[in-house]
Amino acid sequence: MLQTTERGLYCSAADVYIDPWLPVERAIITHAHGDHARWGSRHYLASREGGRVLRTRLGADANIELVDFGESRNINGVSISLVPAGHILGSAQVRLEHNGDVWVVSGDYKTEPDPTCSAFEPVRCNTFITESTFGLPIYRWCAQEETFAGMRAWWAENAALGRASLVYAYALGKAQRVLAGMLDAGIGPIYTHGAVERLTIDYRKSGVALHPTSAVVAQPRGTTYAGSLIVAPPSAAGSTWLRRFGDLSTAFASGWMQVRGARRRRSLDKGFVLSDHVDWPALIDTISATGAERVWVTHGYREQVVRFLRDKGLDAHSMASHWEGEDEQGPAVADEEAIA
Amino acid sequence: MKRFAQLYSAIDSTTSTNRKVDAMAEYFASAAPADAAWAVYFLSGGRPKRLIGVRRVAEWAMAESGVPPWLFEECYHAVGDLAETIALLLPDHVAPHALLPRPLHDWVENVLLPLGNMSEDEQRQAVLNAWRQLDGTERFVWNKLITGSFRVGVSGQLVVRALARASNIDEGVIAHRLSGHWTPTAESFSALIEPDSSDADRSRPFPFYLAYALEGELESLGNPAQWQAEWKWDGIRSQVIRRDGQTYIWTRGGELATDRFPEIVAAANALPDGTVLDGEIMPWMNGAAMPFAQLQRRIGRKKLGPRILAEVPIVLIAYDLLELEGRDMRAAPLTVRRAALANICQCDDGRPERVSRHERSEGPALLLSPIITLQTWSDARAAHAGSRDHRAEGLMLKRLDSEYGVGRRKGSWWKWKVQPFSVDAVMIYAQPGHGRRALLHTDYTFAVRDGDALVPFAKAYSGLTDTEIRELDAWIRRHTIEKFGPVRHVEPVHVFELHFEGIQHSPRHKSGVAVRFPRIARWRTDKTASEADTIETLRTLLEAAK
Ligand SMILES: [Zn+2]
Ligand SMILES: [Zn+2]
Repeated sequence: MLQTTERGLYCSAADVYIDPWLPVERAIITHAHGDHARWGSRHYLASREGGRVLRTRLGADANIELVDFGESRNINGVSISLVPAGHILGSAQVRLEHNGDVWVVSGDYKTEPDPTCSAFEPVRCNTFITESTFGLPIYRWCAQEETFAGMRAWWAENAALGRASLVYAYALGKAQRVLAGMLDAGIGPIYTHGAVERLTIDYRKSGVALHPTSAVVAQPRGTTYAGSLIVAPPSAAGSTWLRRFGDLSTAFASGWMQVRGARRRRSLDKGFVLSDHVDWPALIDTISATGAERVWVTHGYREQVVRFLRDKGLDAHSMASHWEGEDEQGPAVADEEAIA
Repeated sequence: MKRFAQLYSAIDSTTSTNRKVDAMAEYFASAAPADAAWAVYFLSGGRPKRLIGVRRVAEWAMAESGVPPWLFEECYHAVGDLAETIALLLPDHVAPHALLPRPLHDWVENVLLPLGNMSEDEQRQAVLNAWRQLDGTERFVWNKLITGSFRVGVSGQLVVRALARASNIDEGVIAHRLSGHWTPTAESFSALIEPDSSDADRSRPFPFYLAYALEGELESLGNPAQWQAEWKWDGIRSQVIRRDGQTYIWTRGGELATDRFPEIVAAANALPDGTVLDGEIMPWMNGAAMPFAQLQRRIGRKKLGPRILAEVPIVLIAYDLLELEGRDMRAAPLTVRRAALANICQCDDGRPERVSRHERSEGPALLLSPIITLQTWSDARAAHAGSRDHRAEGLMLKRLDSEYGVGRRKGSWWKWKVQPFSVDAVMIYAQPGHGRRALLHTDYTFAVRDGDALVPFAKAYSGLTDTEIRELDAWIRRHTIEKFGPVRHVEPVHVFELHFEGIQHSPRHKSGVAVRFPRIARWRTDKTASEADTIETLRTLLEAAK
């Protein structure tokens, strides 16, 4: 039903592309991250939950049609619906059914609960196209409560020393998840980088409860940040923007922080393991929960996951994407471009 | 163990030296002496003899976590550290163990050290038990300890600073107490931070004062008249101690080597009591240095027979005096120490190498390091250019008013090495490394061209970045011509710039030469194998080095 083309994943029966990387006539968008939502297509279909963020990313002129989760559209005999993917606000899996054959495109997803978006729902299908960003068994997430508790303790220790704490988090999704995790933490004002603030406003308008924030850019000159928490995108690291914060402890919230070397390479004081993608056990469990007999693996450790699934007797294939070698950093860079 | 693992994390998670020292000081001030002793040992780079091969540990971890070998290897590639890969893959505890937490010294003395005398099966049981009792970071630290790969970003000097901070004792005193044969026991730790500084152990050397590599221009050092230059010898840096009618020789590596150098002992026995000399042990014949390889040959001998003693005579080239009549001289200016040194060695402070030029190999075993006086910096440049003629690796520059410091301090002592020899060579063999790199091909053999043939002449295993090593490893796996056990014969494609410190004739090597300290300077991706250097290049270097 689906095939890979130079423009992206294509359904010829319905004549639609899913997350195309080049402009097309009709595009279904799984979520608003830069590697999935590209400019220039004539018509977009996406989830209502993520409508506001997608609008921010694609601009006022984009022709976006929004559907509710579970609501199905029939295009040339193909029944298409969106199912929550649990990745970020509005993230969706795309379910396509044609003559009893069911395909699901996961987009990016996680199965851990996240107060900033609808929870992932496993969908039974014949063919499952899954991401594999963290497709190695070294990636097993600790409970997020533990991560947030660690983050609060780190902030409290810095605050006691009169030091500011800065968390790097991807501007779309991760930053808001951190803000939700810090709700009721007794932390004073949380300051945000402009890139984070804009999307945070979108989240609030979409009805997501987040810790109150204030954009750094809106602060008067001479504001002191000692003891405060700041959330900024990773691209702010090493920039002169940081100078104003004085004595500073830096941390990064990301699944990559699971590995010590990843933290050390960035010379961070702290790494918090917090991911919006499935870890290894959840990836393998989800694949088996779909009951799919055929699995296409994209976006990450494709070859490794394919080999593991084949050893288990599944018909697994690797699907190259335009974003070869892309990791969570890819979308983050795109994030910056989109709101600059 | 938990506290030690926390200390590890604290050190590892900050880039600030001061915070590292604080974390250690806090640990030393509050930990039980038996634990603190082992922490000092491990943090300053101590390593029990290799207990378990890391490969074996990896196999047990695969079995315990149910991860197949190929997937384990993929994980290792992503992590870059075996101990960490294992810690990340081990299954979580099914139920929290009811055992009491065990302190570091208990783990080390009752589990880790006995591993060396166990059968493989007993080792496996012991390691699995340990894994089941330890959590995340503890497991990681444990894996590092049992495979002898524990490393954390602190130097011995920072440990000394932390101990000084925790105990309010002078850094120099701590360093002095730590040098030599320090054993990690509760008693030694307590003695280490004991306020009373009348140290009983008379054999103790002083911590060696180390020089930094000269970075800028000579002119930046100021007035040349305030400096003295000496040859930078390529031997074994050592202290010769004469106290209470006994002689001791300590190498910079912390080894008590008295019985290895009877010539020096004989000479030192004539020194007055309460004398400590700092100098270089050198193979020396007919008033000139011999190649380092000769010294290595002598060190390699278990027994020093008359033949090797005659073939490779040894001298101490003394360059500093640290103790005189039992008094610590280190705070005195260099000129004062040097005058006293000349006096005590009963040499006139001229050019002792000249004095001894006509001597046979039985000449004096105690020489004074010649001083090259500098009127201008050009004098230093001229001397530097002639280093190799003296079999020296360059110059040492010391401020005349400098004290003998502790550890490595910037400012008053500089080493200025001559450029290494350099050759562009082709990689032809590769084999896996050891320790954390056991799964990557990191040991390479290099060849030069000889007509259409390639002649191997050097092995090197350092100098590449982790990324380059991985890239090369992937390439090696895909371009192997032949395998001999772990060694892969690879396509002769990649060219590397090799540096080495010395070159000499060697009939044992196919190429006819042996090189010293070969290392990879860079990967010459801009060159093809046909552009690599030839055997002629090596012969020319050999000729020039004679
Ligand atoms: Zn995404
Ligand atoms: Zn993505």
